[in-house]
Amino acid sequence: MEVLKAHWLQIHGRKGWLAVGITFLVLTVLLPTLNAGLAEDSALRVPDYLITLLGKFMCFGIVALAIDLIWGFTGILSLGHGVFFALGGYAIGMHMMRSMAGEGVYKSDLPDFMVFLDWKELPWFWHGFDSFGFAVAMALIVPGLLAFVFGFFAFRSRISGVYFSIITQALTFAFMLGFFRNETGLGGNNGLTDFKRLYGYTLADPSTKLGLYVLSSAALVATYLLSRYLITGRAGRLLRAIRDHEGKVRFSGYSPLKFKLFVWTLSAVLCGLAGALYVPQVGIINPSEMRPANSIEMAIWVAVGGRATLLGAPIGALLINGSKSWFTASFPDYWLYFLGALFIIVTLYFPSGVVGTVQNYWARRKPAATLPPSSGAPSSGAPSADVTAEAPTTEAAGA
Amino acid sequence: MPRSLATAFTKFLLLAISSFALLVGSSARAGETPAPDAVAIALRTLAKNDPDKGPAAISALAATGSERARLALEALDAGKLKFDPEGQAFIVDDEKVTDALTGAPVAAPAKLDAPLGNNALRRALRPALAQLRLKSDDRDVRLAAATDLAKGASEELLDAMQSALDGEKDHQVAKLLRLSVAQLELDSKDKDRRLRAFATLKEDGDISHKGLLEPMLTQDSSGAYREPDAEIRAAAKSAIVAIDRRVSLINVVANLFYGISLGSVLLLAALGLAITFGLMKVINMAHGEMLMIGAYTTFVVQNFFNSSLPKLADYYLVAAVPAAFIVSGLVGLALERGVVRHLYGRPLETLLATWGISLLLIQSVRMIFGAQNVAVSNPSWLSGGWELMPTVVLPYSRLWIIAFTLVVVGFVWFLLRRTRLGLYVRAVTQNREMAGSLGIPTDKIDMWTFALGSAVAGLGGVAISQLGNVGPELGQGYIVDSFMVVVLGGVGNIIGTISGAMGLGLINKFLEPVAGAVFGKIVVLVLIILFIQKRPQGLFALRGRAAEL
Repeated sequence: MEVLKAHWLQIHGRKGWLAVGITFLVLTVLLPTLNAGLAEDSALRVPDYLITLLGKFMCFGIVALAIDLIWGFTGILSLGHGVFFALGGYAIGMHMMRSMAGEGVYKSDLPDFMVFLDWKELPWFWHGFDSFGFAVAMALIVPGLLAFVFGFFAFRSRISGVYFSIITQALTFAFMLGFFRNETGLGGNNGLTDFKRLYGYTLADPSTKLGLYVLSSAALVATYLLSRYLITGRAGRLLRAIRDHEGKVRFSGYSPLKFKLFVWTLSAVLCGLAGALYVPQVGIINPSEMRPANSIEMAIWVAVGGRATLLGAPIGALLINGSKSWFTASFPDYWLYFLGALFIIVTLYFPSGVVGTVQNYWARRKPAATLPPSSGAPSSGAPSADVTAEAPTTEAAGA
Repeated sequence: MPRSLATAFTKFLLLAISSFALLVGSSARAGETPAPDAVAIALRTLAKNDPDKGPAAISALAATGSERARLALEALDAGKLKFDPEGQAFIVDDEKVTDALTGAPVAAPAKLDAPLGNNALRRALRPALAQLRLKSDDRDVRLAAATDLAKGASEELLDAMQSALDGEKDHQVAKLLRLSVAQLELDSKDKDRRLRAFATLKEDGDISHKGLLEPMLTQDSSGAYREPDAEIRAAAKSAIVAIDRRVSLINVVANLFYGISLGSVLLLAALGLAITFGLMKVINMAHGEMLMIGAYTTFVVQNFFNSSLPKLADYYLVAAVPAAFIVSGLVGLALERGVVRHLYGRPLETLLATWGISLLLIQSVRMIFGAQNVAVSNPSWLSGGWELMPTVVLPYSRLWIIAFTLVVVGFVWFLLRRTRLGLYVRAVTQNREMAGSLGIPTDKIDMWTFALGSAVAGLGGVAISQLGNVGPELGQGYIVDSFMVVVLGGVGNIIGTISGAMGLGLINKFLEPVAGAVFGKIVVLVLIILFIQKRPQGLFALRGRAAEL
């Protein structure tokens, strides 16, 4: 697609790249060093449990970015992204089940739950998952394909707004019900668990956990850059145009279907990636991951962080999941109150989220005219500033 | 189900007590019963504990056919018939002691002995009791006896049943007796009797009789039929075919009923949602919690009646209906004023904010009432059911819900079509700006409609509380289904919502036996996702400008 072209280096200004680089180094070098490089009793040591926790948050950050692309920039609220996340997780989970064939409780070549159900051979869709590469490919392809087919039909008949949202909710609900059944062949209620190793590394090892964390952090930064690349180009402007007035985009001769379908599918693939990274770290994947409530919670990460800011998405995911860990440990009864109140307060009073509010504050302190076009640092790149800043670039690329 | 067992037991007790009362009242007309002394003589014989004469005494009691003989034998069967040393018979029911001869309550004699039981006595007791019960004047006693016999009667009761059948006028009792007789005569030596039995089963048999017929058609290893007579085999075959046809017809009727019943619940759940969605274009994710609040209001009203007005406890539902309507309506009103109205024009944000509210409501209920389900019991007039066939019982609670839904839909229809508020609602639904510029207070209309939608959901909660568990997450189970109803039926008109709800309920129930409950549900969701391709605005799209959302 011609409109997708943008110049890689121009997605950020100098300060922006610096910030991305520093974040990347802090996440993938500094924190691991503080964990593995220091003695057990050192005061500065980052404890192991925190590394696992952060590793999970990185995966949630990827999901939040994926949702920001489709909701924040394209205006399509999905209440079913949990299904893509879970499918990615199931794919890698199936590989891990296969890689420990013969080591289960029943010492059978089949996964334990199949022995329990008295199945004699592997269902057809389990073949191939012995291979790590195949499983990773499936973790991306299956969610992508589902999103593509679903999106094609939905967008073609111009289902939009809340209609689309509740249909995606029905989608994840249907999948959840399906995966709860034992006959589906994916472990039913209990899902897949008791994993032992991934790609030859023992999962219980702290070093494996650290490795998974680093991988997740790198994936998060890569996802951020990819998203940034996408939205700073002409495609990004088109997506925003679709969000703001789809009818006018159509009248201008563009087909919104193509762009919506592309972003929607990309978003699902990213969720699949996040799921695939997430499951080895938590050690279990079951159908409750597809509960409609989970998917709605994902949307609120983005709303809290700030829609259409990109940076806000992972920050929101981090803030909410951080408070969830704290609340459920200290005040389990009040977590739902907090979450519920957050939904209401953010939508009522902070529609632009944490990052958006900070950006607006800065923009008010410094009149927009004096803002140098090249300072596209994440903290000052309000959507409107982005567009003006990137306009010449994309026009050059388009021509 | 323990509850239905308990009610059955209570009913039995009531029956026993009322027949006692009858007995006391009718002792004056004792002269009418044939040979009043025969009962006394037979009881005296029984008291002697002579193993040879006991069975004869029981037969003699049976032969009297009197109500008192029946009660005495029932008491004997239950171990409640006692004798004093002089051979006087008493019926001892817990603390209450009555004279078995006169039925009058008496002071308990000092020494009471139970008659010695033996096998001969017990063998004689069953047919005698059956005979007496089947001859009873009370239809319910006869029906209970016939139902008992239909579960499997033994040969020696055949004559008693045959003679009872000849005099039986009640259709239902006669049918049960005919079936029991037929079951016994299937293996009779007389071919005519067997053929008659097949004809009876062909006429009235149900699935349980099929099991008796099928073995006759099987072949053993040498290819010979278990039943040598070809004529009998043909009769058995035609009886099976007839039973199958009847069973499948009844299944269709039962599915239809359960589908409509499920559809009614969905309709109550989705009606308010469809109205508010049509009017304000917002999806209220907390709508399911309005059902939950309605159900919990029912629970509170029930407890209030149980503790303060125990005499009226059976009619708590009458008070619960308006209470749930008002409580849910008020919560909806607060919700609209506090949150939803600030988010007009931002439907997706409304969706998230109302989801937050649903979390708050769920957690609040959990903290007030506990995370466990609470018990809402059916009033006695709603327990039990209408027996279509021994295997198919339509519960009264579900019948009641269908009727209740009709009333609620009628009420909403009246509000929307025959009142000024309804006129305004329809105007704002069609064109908000135009309605506003004609002086309709759209803001107030939104408020009242939202409250009305929530209140109707509260009524749905009362209905749901009569069907199953009431817990904090009750609403969550209905929310996806209610959305699907709205998607199917389109917005802003009641007919669409009714068709959507009934369609969904029926499809679900008809798919269940074929595909299983869960898989059926998945199929329904997939069907809806496909359906919306063709009719994105639902079954009954609004025409004209209003259609351009």
